[in-house]
Amino acid sequence: MDLFHNLIFGFGVALSWQNLLYCLIGVSVGTLIGVLPGIGPLGTIAILLPITFNVAPVGALIMLAGIYYGAQYGGSTTAILVNLPGETSSVVTCIDGYQMARQGRAGPALAIAAIGSFFAGTVGTLLIALFGPPLADVALEFAAPEYFSLMLMSLVAAAALAQGDMAKSFAMVALGLLLGIVGTDVNTGVQRFSFGITELSDGIGFIVVAVGMFAMGEIIANLGEPEQRSIFGAKVTHLFPTWDDMKQSIGPILRGTALGSFFGVLPGTGPAIASFSSYIVEKKVAADPSRFGRGAIEGVAGPESANNADAQCKFIPMLTLGLPASGVMALMLGALTIQGIQPGPEVMTQRPELFWGLVASMWIGNLMLVVLNLPLIGVWVKLLTVPYRLLFPAIMAFSAIGIYSVNNSSFEIYLTALFGVLGFVWTKLGFPAPPLLLGFVLGPMMEEHLRRAMLMAKGDATVFLTRPISLAFIVITVIIVIVMVAPAVKKRRGEIAG
Amino acid sequence: MNLPDSKDFWSGVMLIAIGAVAVFIARDYPFGTALRMGAGFFPVVLGVILMVFGLYFAVRGLHSSARIEGNWSLRALIVLPLAFVAFGILMEHAGFIPAMLALIVGSAAAGTEFRIGEVLALSVLLTVMCVALFIWALGLPYPLIAGL
Repeated sequence: MDLFHNLIFGFGVALSWQNLLYCLIGVSVGTLIGVLPGIGPLGTIAILLPITFNVAPVGALIMLAGIYYGAQYGGSTTAILVNLPGETSSVVTCIDGYQMARQGRAGPALAIAAIGSFFAGTVGTLLIALFGPPLADVALEFAAPEYFSLMLMSLVAAAALAQGDMAKSFAMVALGLLLGIVGTDVNTGVQRFSFGITELSDGIGFIVVAVGMFAMGEIIANLGEPEQRSIFGAKVTHLFPTWDDMKQSIGPILRGTALGSFFGVLPGTGPAIASFSSYIVEKKVAADPSRFGRGAIEGVAGPESANNADAQCKFIPMLTLGLPASGVMALMLGALTIQGIQPGPEVMTQRPELFWGLVASMWIGNLMLVVLNLPLIGVWVKLLTVPYRLLFPAIMAFSAIGIYSVNNSSFEIYLTALFGVLGFVWTKLGFPAPPLLLGFVLGPMMEEHLRRAMLMAKGDATVFLTRPISLAFIVITVIIVIVMVAPAVKKRRGEIAG
Repeated sequence: MNLPDSKDFWSGVMLIAIGAVAVFIARDYPFGTALRMGAGFFPVVLGVILMVFGLYFAVRGLHSSARIEGNWSLRALIVLPLAFVAFGILMEHAGFIPAMLALIVGSAAAGTEFRIGEVLALSVLLTVMCVALFIWALGLPYPLIAGL
């Protein structure tokens, strides 16, 4: 029983006191930023990345992962008590969660969200453990053409499935790829787009782009919107759901977990898509759909399970193929690279402690989150009373120190400010930021694989179509484009004709 | 049709400009052959792709009515990046404490509400916390005040 041995090994790694501590820090920070609207896991992970330099790779990854799935738990608290999504993934939780709170059932709503998330997290962790190793085995057979086609497929899928304007997502991917190749070309030594600035010859820092766009850009956007936050006054009592609540929630939790796991492995779909679909499904299968919107517990149980399952399963492509399926996963890859680990299927065989330690820590982290979120709920609610005007200068301070500490370079601080402005402008023009980050991370790797593939095939571009696995990826890419683009074209034609 | 606030039109203009600059600069890099791709291949291809997207948006912008929407704060857009720049300059010439104070007060000034007492308390508190955490605990090698 290989899986069993591996999991025992993983728990051995995750249960060391340092790693337990990193896990606890991660999930606490995650819950905190999940509860607070206006700062998300992307920005937080970007800001904390530099601090993880001094931490061993396993600990760093455990902590960063904890922030990510911890935020999914925290987001539901704000949604239920304040009717504001702490995270985008909790938007639908607001609908019935807040109604439950108004009916004096905030306790059961919070509890079922936590229980559902825990169940989904457990399943997600198991899925990673089950499917990770075989996927990595397959990926070990990949050569340059397969990698190039795979990256192309995931970028196209990410852009096609991202929320918002699809064409703009594609444009952002291309822009990200372009930004990614700034600096010295590894093959020819040519300086590209470095404008004679020595600091740029090593390329644009990953953290610079991420913090600029996701921390500063976000704050600039938030400051434009008037702050509105009214906390549900009543105290949270009767935490435990009734037996009826539990019976009503089992189905939604199972369905939500399945949906979330499915959307989780798809590139580009954020947890919001998983929770939205879960809500729609629950409304469809309910005996009395009119209860939805008036405090139906299914409307909390399903989506909250879905977003956590999604968050966990996003790790599968990242850990096994070295492919980021979302902006947060791009940051995780960045964290690995910074630690000197080449992401890819080799990670599992060469650094088993990393993979299995992380998997085990996720389960432990989910357990910690249940404890953190239920008995300590009062603490998090208190934190919501901290006004944003005190919060954002602190975020700015942490961002600045983090970036400066990477290379002790003021230039990177200026560059971050520039990306903050650009990130804000792009968002205002309707360009989503995460696809840019995906392109940015994959840019240099894609170019490298393209060159190697062409060299391998002696300049024959059909190499991508003659190798079966590569061909499969290309075919899927084409199908995605046809499926996603065709309806849009048809609709436009209809508009013009009509 | 009103071009000055058409979301798509300006998106298009921006992408065409970025793509054109990329292609223009990359024309000096060796393009290479299919067998041995030079440093110029990838940037030129990407630049062209960006221009194509830009053209698409610009044309779409002429027809669509999507406007740049939502509230936004010009003050935040200018003051926040400046606070960061001030931090960068002061870190090089004046030390950690002045840089932190400038950054925090500067950031706070980007907000809609600026209460002087509160901001001063916040900046002192945060600076002390950051000195303790980053300089003393994590051992980052920055002078608290340059020359001291």
